[in-house]
Amino acid sequence: MKNITKLGAVSALSLIIGASAAFAENIKIAFIDPLSGPFASTGTNGLHQFEFAADHMINENGGLLDGQQVEIVAFDNKISPKESLIQLQVAIDQGIRYIAQGNSSGVANALTEAIDKHNRRNPDSRVLFLNYAAVDPALTNDKCNFWHFRFDANADIKMDALTDVIVADEGIKKVYLIGQDYSFGKAVAAAANKFLGEKRADIEIVGDELHPIGKVKDFTPYARKIVSSGADAVITGNWGADMLGLGKSVIENGFEGPIYTYYAAGSGITGAFGESGKDRIRLISQGGINPIASDEARAAYEGYEAKYPEGNIDQSRIFNVIGMLGEAITAAGTADDVVAVASALEGMEYDSMWGGKIFMRPQDHQAIQDMHVGVHTNDGLDFDYDNSGYGVRTESTVVMASMDSPTTCKMKRP
Amino acid sequence: MDLILVNLIDGLVTGLLLFMLSAGLTLIFSMMGVLNFAHASFYMLGAYFAYQISIALGFWMGLLIAPIIVGVLGAGVERYGLRRVHQYGHVPELIFTFGLALLIEELVQFIWGKNQMPYDVPDILNFTAFAISGNSIPAYKIFMIFTSIAIFVGLLYVLTKTRVGMIIQAALSYPRTVEALGHNVPLIFMGVFGVGTALAGVAGVIAGPVLGTFPGMAFVLGSIVFVTIVIGGLGSLWGALAASLLIGWITTFAKSYNIEMENVLNAIGISTPENLSDSVFRDFWSLTSPQIADILPYILMVLILIFRPAGLFGKRSS
Repeated sequence: MKNITKLGAVSALSLIIGASAAFAENIKIAFIDPLSGPFASTGTNGLHQFEFAADHMINENGGLLDGQQVEIVAFDNKISPKESLIQLQVAIDQGIRYIAQGNSSGVANALTEAIDKHNRRNPDSRVLFLNYAAVDPALTNDKCNFWHFRFDANADIKMDALTDVIVADEGIKKVYLIGQDYSFGKAVAAAANKFLGEKRADIEIVGDELHPIGKVKDFTPYARKIVSSGADAVITGNWGADMLGLGKSVIENGFEGPIYTYYAAGSGITGAFGESGKDRIRLISQGGINPIASDEARAAYEGYEAKYPEGNIDQSRIFNVIGMLGEAITAAGTADDVVAVASALEGMEYDSMWGGKIFMRPQDHQAIQDMHVGVHTNDGLDFDYDNSGYGVRTESTVVMASMDSPTTCKMKRP
Repeated sequence: MDLILVNLIDGLVTGLLLFMLSAGLTLIFSMMGVLNFAHASFYMLGAYFAYQISIALGFWMGLLIAPIIVGVLGAGVERYGLRRVHQYGHVPELIFTFGLALLIEELVQFIWGKNQMPYDVPDILNFTAFAISGNSIPAYKIFMIFTSIAIFVGLLYVLTKTRVGMIIQAALSYPRTVEALGHNVPLIFMGVFGVGTALAGVAGVIAGPVLGTFPGMAFVLGSIVFVTIVIGGLGSLWGALAASLLIGWITTFAKSYNIEMENVLNAIGISTPENLSDSVFRDFWSLTSPQIADILPYILMVLILIFRPAGLFGKRSS
């Protein structure tokens, strides 16, 4: 017994020494997202994908530069902008040069502003902002800066691609818009109004409604309004419990048409929809997994499932973040000079294992990539979500979506 | 006109569901004089237990067994928790139930995780009962209505027509006298607490497939249950029923019709200000009824507390 304790202590000690020796060389990425509270599952899921991507794509292949490892350091921001700024400061004080965040555009707006300010005042400890999911268009327009890079498509690009599919369906004459009452829900509604108006003026928007976020117990009254409005299709940016509640209620109460969404997959939503959402729910995203695009992606997904049997890779762009950052650091020859790394990221063309190219547009740092509209189904899947047998199969793809979309960004370079 | 009928049915479903929760809570309150903050947590437990049982034995066994487990748990909480805390007064009791609510939520997250559970309507009830001009009424809703009504009638019968009910009622008002007559009052309290939580469990079992089974489900419903029993009158079963139905219909109708504040104010003789977009009250003028539907019950509660503090059916005790 005593020996075992000794052995344990020695091996623990050697681990600590080994770890701290490795620390000195590591390239650290601060992951600032909700890890507690109501959105904890989304944040934790993202963290797992980041950690797995760093290990799978870089650390197991010998690291970057002269063997440096990429390490993800997690910070819990409780989805509050105020808390995020505190965590940002802690991360900078620890000498971390790369900040990753995605959940809530409110947080992203606060971070990008703070990082811009910090980098102007402290040229010696500049940091880069790797935004992997906050899709408020303003971040790459009026509020853009040199330090911010967005790897997801913004709400306008997504709606542009989604409306391409909607207008192609001649049967759709009336559309109902419903969303959560905050900046993102409003951005989705505005984009839908704009693109539908431009592409098919004959489509009538029979409802444009916002409901309180996370507070609606029963969506039945909304479903009744949608049915009685005679809508042929519903468009919503809802996520989490609001997405599931709305979708189920609409289907149960007699709505027959398709439901076009941004986030109706993963985190239990696919499993809970099951049969009831089959061939009804469509969603717009980058990097579809059905069909899987490459053997490399298949290996990554299988590795992830082996490590997290309950998890899904529902944000494959996280792998693109790690991959592109790795290439940029290699090209710059340094991980410490973030201006050099940012310059290498700008204009980069990257072949994603999830299919297609990703082009980091230099004028606004918005990643331009293929957008996929997928359908909720149990047919012809390579990988399901939530171990439910159901998943999202890509139906149509817009190659390099919104490549030439205008931006109001006036980027100031250091 | 058709939509009115549909909304009446939807409101009835919401109201009856609320009633099953508030009936237990109001009984427990009139018995112990303490608001059970953990009541909605027992509702959540009902849904999760039923989900777990339904995987192995099907929905109907879940409906049968889950409320019994929840009721036994509730009775245990009364016997080994609340009864001990009771001697220190009401505030420790409140804190105890509050802590219990947090504990149950964390436990549920620990065991089942943070995601939604795929707990679904049983296939036998998964069809459209009838449709009113395109609005289908799922058979499951009809089932919910009949289950709730059956429970209400049963509860009313037991409480008013049986000997057990009479003893319970007596124990609620005059516990010492009833005890002096040789009845085991602590046992009665434990039983009422168990039945009250079991009712919440039933509500959870039948609401889980419709409203979603996730760790936040107790939190979402928790506050509205308190509002219901305050409006209905603390301790009154009829009051709980009336208030539940009232809240169900008010919120359903408010969400179904886009009544704009501007029209309401104009109708009562206040004219719209000239430059609305510059006005400080701009947001107030542009309110619509779906936006405020969920706070209408709270406004109603405040009004009731001002004009009829004992609630609709409550008897003023002091």
